[in-house]
Amino acid sequence: MSMGSIGEGLGRRDLIKRSAALGLITVPTMSFLSACASGGAENSTKGPAKAPVTKENPFGVAKGGKLDVVVFKGGFGDDYAKAWEAAFDKKWGTTSSHLGTQEITAKLQPRFNAGNPPDVIDDSGAQQIKLDVLAKGDQLADLTAVLDAPSLDDPSKKVRDTLVDGAYEQGLQGGKFVVLKYVYAVFGFWYSGKLFKEKGWAPPKTWDEFLAVCTKAKEAGIGGLAHQGKFPYYINVVIMDLIAKKGGLDAVKAIDNLEPNAFEGSAAALAAVEAVYEVVEKGLLMPGTNGLTHTESQTAWNQYKAAFIPSGSWLENEQLKQTPEDFDMKFLPMPLLADSKMPLEAIRAGVDEPFIVPEKAANKAAALEFLRSMLSREWSTIFAQQANSLTVVKDGVDPGVKLRPGTQSAVEALKAAGGNTFSYRYPDWYSEMDTEIQNASNELMAQRIQPKEWIKRAQAAVNKAAQDPNAKNNKRS
Amino acid sequence: MSHVAQGRGKYGFIAGFLFAPLALYLTFVIWPYVQTFGYSFTNWTGQSPTFDFVGTDNYAALLKDEVFRGALWHNLLLLVFVPLVTILLALFFAFMVNAGGRGGAGGVQGVGGSRFYKVVYFFPQVLSLAILSVLFGAIYRSDEGGLLNGFLTKLGLIDANHPVEWLNEPNLVLWCLLLVVVWHGVGFYLVLFSAAMQSIPKDIYEAALLDGAGRAQTFFKVTLPLLWDSVQTSAVYLGIAAMDMFVLVSTMTSGQFGGGPDHHSEVMSTVLMRNFLYFGKSGYACAMGVVMLALTMILSVITLRATRRERIEF
Repeated sequence: MSMGSIGEGLGRRDLIKRSAALGLITVPTMSFLSACASGGAENSTKGPAKAPVTKENPFGVAKGGKLDVVVFKGGFGDDYAKAWEAAFDKKWGTTSSHLGTQEITAKLQPRFNAGNPPDVIDDSGAQQIKLDVLAKGDQLADLTAVLDAPSLDDPSKKVRDTLVDGAYEQGLQGGKFVVLKYVYAVFGFWYSGKLFKEKGWAPPKTWDEFLAVCTKAKEAGIGGLAHQGKFPYYINVVIMDLIAKKGGLDAVKAIDNLEPNAFEGSAAALAAVEAVYEVVEKGLLMPGTNGLTHTESQTAWNQYKAAFIPSGSWLENEQLKQTPEDFDMKFLPMPLLADSKMPLEAIRAGVDEPFIVPEKAANKAAALEFLRSMLSREWSTIFAQQANSLTVVKDGVDPGVKLRPGTQSAVEALKAAGGNTFSYRYPDWYSEMDTEIQNASNELMAQRIQPKEWIKRAQAAVNKAAQDPNAKNNKRS
Repeated sequence: MSHVAQGRGKYGFIAGFLFAPLALYLTFVIWPYVQTFGYSFTNWTGQSPTFDFVGTDNYAALLKDEVFRGALWHNLLLLVFVPLVTILLALFFAFMVNAGGRGGAGGVQGVGGSRFYKVVYFFPQVLSLAILSVLFGAIYRSDEGGLLNGFLTKLGLIDANHPVEWLNEPNLVLWCLLLVVVWHGVGFYLVLFSAAMQSIPKDIYEAALLDGAGRAQTFFKVTLPLLWDSVQTSAVYLGIAAMDMFVLVSTMTSGQFGGGPDHHSEVMSTVLMRNFLYFGKSGYACAMGVVMLALTMILSVITLRATRRERIEF
């Protein structure tokens, strides 16, 4: 799963593969690709005959064709895709072939080079084929037609109107919509409904209440806050969300736009960092959490060794095996600091898990129809049930369906948030700045630096990133 | 046939055999180095085939890069300690296992149970570094679930609420990693030195014994001089391992490709990889690669020269 695996690096093997691919193979491949491109025109007739385009069949899918689906089998498994394929075959009389794998590049690069890629690909995980590379090689089909097609749930609406904010913008490559990021993740704290009920704790609404629960937890002999210390990405979720909620969207944009007062001189930033530091100072962290990996700390939290842990909504599926049956996982939007500009319900939300259709797909019509079906409430519900995660379909889960408790509470939180969602872009735009802020957070959590020093280091990272030539293009308003 | 023609025919014959391997070597070993050297003068991002020539900018930036300089310093520190500690331990164990015992009949032999020790010492070498990092990850785990922390808590040496975050302590992390490398390496060099020791004729030891030499004297006056070639080779190998360290650091410490906390366990290869794959500064990373290559070569030459001494034949 791509979001859950953020902290895991690429091995040297990948370096060798990539440098070999780049350094040695690019030259021969280029000519090979162009040879395919020129020969591609004849190949396009090998697909099934096209059926007439109708309102119900906007892409002209021919009955009885073949559909070749490859999905990344990571944190979400691939059962959802099998269920989708069965539904698709039933409706269109197609024969689907399914491949669930983690080795996306190894399995697909030769097929792309030979001009016979699959029809639908979930291009995710550590070995994904880089989307910008595919886009530059004209290997990705334009998916705008899917957005403009009528929604399966309500034919009076276009598909694009059923998507959550951000799904469109984050699928663009060079101004063209070629990537459908399907998973919608919300970020915040998580706790065990069972533990809280047993102890009589109420989910906190303010940071002071949050500290109070942590203190009670400590008195009860368990840790207050656990975090995935080896990957400071997660504690940055807490710091950044507190900044966003206290300072409002302007504070978020100031950071993403690398403004000289993004951190230094920002009252919201200092208050947020001081709030997090208070947890450390008061000894409310789970002992040892600063050095634990994401699985170690999350598992300890599942064993009731800590009250809270920060993470995205992939957490429930990631921890499926370690979570006790009656754990009753619950999502908690980031508690508020005093004088916050955003309401308690506001949450950070982001999209991920890129689905693509290759330009040279043999059955492109069926592939586009497959994507349209994915954006129906029926298929979105299948995903939510099988993969325990939300999708980019707005309100995309059937209310009558029983979800796992964590996913269910994330759905409810999202509904409560309404338009109050926000997201940070800087980790995608400036990985070096992100890394430096993560390092500073790691030092802060280990009590080796103070909040003021954190602010100084974060601002230095921002100022350094402002010299990046891309800083001109990466602006948000 | 004239002498000259005969010579040409012979060289042609040899060259024919040498050509294919030489071509392969040039293509797959030398050419990538040349390419790396070329890329180190560009601003290549690693994601796109286009880049500009930037002259020596990357090298100038490298001189100012504190993270890289810190990494270099760590590599040098490891360069001293990895070979030193590993070789000393391996020599000691090898000597004890092969010549440390005092048999009743006066023969030269190892301490009791030496065959058993030899096998056991070799075990760590069988494990891959990936397994090792998982194993030591569990030992150094930062909460009370860690082997070390659990042990020290049971002994009452540390407070359960404040366990030692071994790999998250700036002053400990490098030594923790050093211990893993030494633990892994000692067995192999013990076997290497054992083999070398067994080829030393027994009569030399017996003569030393008859002259009343103790264990220490036997070791320093007989064993070590006769093992010098092996020690020298080991030092070069271990030195190269200390210049790399990539697998352990990147998997065991925090940060993208490791190096944490806050660059305190950074080595050159982790800085290189982060710049290459994560920051999209591949040209810059290539400059680091060139520096590493140069340093490793200088190191090998120095080690081989500095440790050169008269060869003792037996």
